[in-house]
Amino acid sequence: MAEMDTMTQPLLTVEDLKMYFPVYGGVMRRRVAQVYAVDGVSFTIPAGRTLGLVGESGCGKTTVGRTILRLYRPTSGRVSFDGHNIMTLDRGALQELRRDMQIIFQDPFESLNGRHTIQEILEEPFRIHGIGSSADRQKRVPQLLERVGLSRNTLTRFPHEFSGGQRQRIGIARAIALEPRLVVCDEPVSALDVSIQSQIINLLLELQRGMGLSYLFIAHDLAVVKHISDRIAVMYLGRIVEYADAATLYACPRHPYTRALIAAIPVPDPDARKDQPVLAGDVPSPMNPPSGCHFRTRCPYAVERCRNETPGLRPVPNGPDEQHLAACHRLEEIGAS
Amino acid sequence: MNDVILNVENLTTAFDTEEGQLRAVDDVSFFLRKGRNLGIVGESGCGKSVTALSIMRLLPKPAGNILSGKIDFKGTEIISLPAGDMHAIRGNQIAMIFQEPMTALNPVHTIGRQVGEIFSLHFPEMNDSDIRKASLEMLKKVGIPEPLKRMTEYPHQISGGMRQRVMIAMALACRPDILIADEPTTALDVTIQAQILNLIRDLQAETGMSVIFITHDLGVIAELCDEVVVMYAGQVVETAPIRELFHNPRHPYTRGLLTSIPTLDSAHKKPLKVIHGVVPSLDDLPAGCRFENRCPHAREICSTAPPPLVDINPNHAAGCYFAKDLTPWKPVNTGSGDNNG
Repeated sequence: MAEMDTMTQPLLTVEDLKMYFPVYGGVMRRRVAQVYAVDGVSFTIPAGRTLGLVGESGCGKTTVGRTILRLYRPTSGRVSFDGHNIMTLDRGALQELRRDMQIIFQDPFESLNGRHTIQEILEEPFRIHGIGSSADRQKRVPQLLERVGLSRNTLTRFPHEFSGGQRQRIGIARAIALEPRLVVCDEPVSALDVSIQSQIINLLLELQRGMGLSYLFIAHDLAVVKHISDRIAVMYLGRIVEYADAATLYACPRHPYTRALIAAIPVPDPDARKDQPVLAGDVPSPMNPPSGCHFRTRCPYAVERCRNETPGLRPVPNGPDEQHLAACHRLEEIGAS
Repeated sequence: MNDVILNVENLTTAFDTEEGQLRAVDDVSFFLRKGRNLGIVGESGCGKSVTALSIMRLLPKPAGNILSGKIDFKGTEIISLPAGDMHAIRGNQIAMIFQEPMTALNPVHTIGRQVGEIFSLHFPEMNDSDIRKASLEMLKKVGIPEPLKRMTEYPHQISGGMRQRVMIAMALACRPDILIADEPTTALDVTIQAQILNLIRDLQAETGMSVIFITHDLGVIAELCDEVVVMYAGQVVETAPIRELFHNPRHPYTRGLLTSIPTLDSAHKKPLKVIHGVVPSLDDLPAGCRFENRCPHAREICSTAPPPLVDINPNHAAGCYFAKDLTPWKPVNTGSGDNNG
């Protein structure tokens, strides 16, 4: 799989992306601090592939998704989509490009206008981008709905009449309406019941095969991410700490944080109960991250060097994935198992 | 049976709504043994939380009411207990923690005051210095770092995991016989979830309390519980000891739940097994089995009358006409490690 990735031209390339949010305080509302939400993140997504972005709350994964769509203007860095530098586009060009880049949100209820019928919600992308005549849309919207597994006689209904899973299908229908090339999926199944989660995952997989979509799949559930992703980036406090193909990341995780994250997943098998020590402590505040390696305050392997020097992502030697990267000073000492 | 500390029999709880009276919990029975950990698993709306609130007698009034059934706690029938007597049991002997500790904590009082309040309410004879000492001890016990400093802080100043620890400290302050934990780790990150599960396990070993653990996550159930009750659309569909449930599930819904979760062993990018369709609405329940519209094994009889709970063995029952006829269970989405039992 690694070979195929190198042969495919990346659709999206993100280089050293930084997004700091200012914090204002005091009587004068002056800038008193900043939140280092995304602190130097780089990755690529080839056409038709899925990159999974995992991490715990506050690690910056959602901000990455929104920044590459330029819903936020980043502090610095470079994002190029199909050869265009998104960071320098003017309004018109950006709107044009947004046809190709869409987003699915975690809570489909909050992201659908409750006063609009499904017909109106799904027509909106066509209207905004001036695509097709009114008669044209009347034909395409029902097709779209059937594509995501909903019946066309639900067109006149309102979002509140649907269950969570059905609403997420509507959110997906809206995202794929203009046949985009990249869809950012921000925790698309986290709010759904398990029996509905698998239906939505299957739908996303099927749409990817049918339409050649690329996904940036953002989630905290590692089992879900592993199932749907080709490559996975693990984030901790604004930085990517490990980056590998899905199978390698789970079979041979090298960063202590990735290992802790995998070990913490409850396994649905009573014979697999674990007695290993769990990761102690809380994630530090992204307003005041630890010096050096951000993970050092919770890391069982931390040494003096981890406090003084920020570890960069570097290749993991002798692994099954040649492009396996991890950011840890002590990779070699910690070893492979 | 004399180690049964809580026995719920034919509990039916309903809510008055604009659509009429809806039975959120319908004829539910199970029991909890002393020192054991009972898991109640199901998806949203299955009635698992309403079951817990019924036991606590904390149903939202006036809409929620227990229509029938018996809840026996150490020989006392608590459904008919006067409010004052129930007040003495609640918190003291049966305590509960919730999914979102922020809404259960008072934002304008310090942590120390809120933990202290439990002691002053339940042990009026304690003086301020005793209460302070006991509160500090409790916070230490649930693993809160710098407990002295935390005592003076407010809920918003601490993390979600720490808030859940404070809730546990408050729930356990009176050394209850039963702790009811309603999705206590759902809002937490996995590494923090693992800490809280360990904490509950350690405290249980130390105090010998019984736990009812309510969750939608079968992984958490497998980590923590001794017995499991599976609920669907207000009813118990299967009840079994933990290993029996995972190795020999006898209800098609339980099987569906077990196969629809992706695990780390799932075949990459292959379609997952799914339970098709959606849960029937409580105001439009079918005459027969409530799972019939989604069930791959459904036959004619399933739509005629509700299936009885069929005993598979003395500890294992499933509410399905074909509970005994289903094929031997083979886990589908999980690959390795299933033959080491």
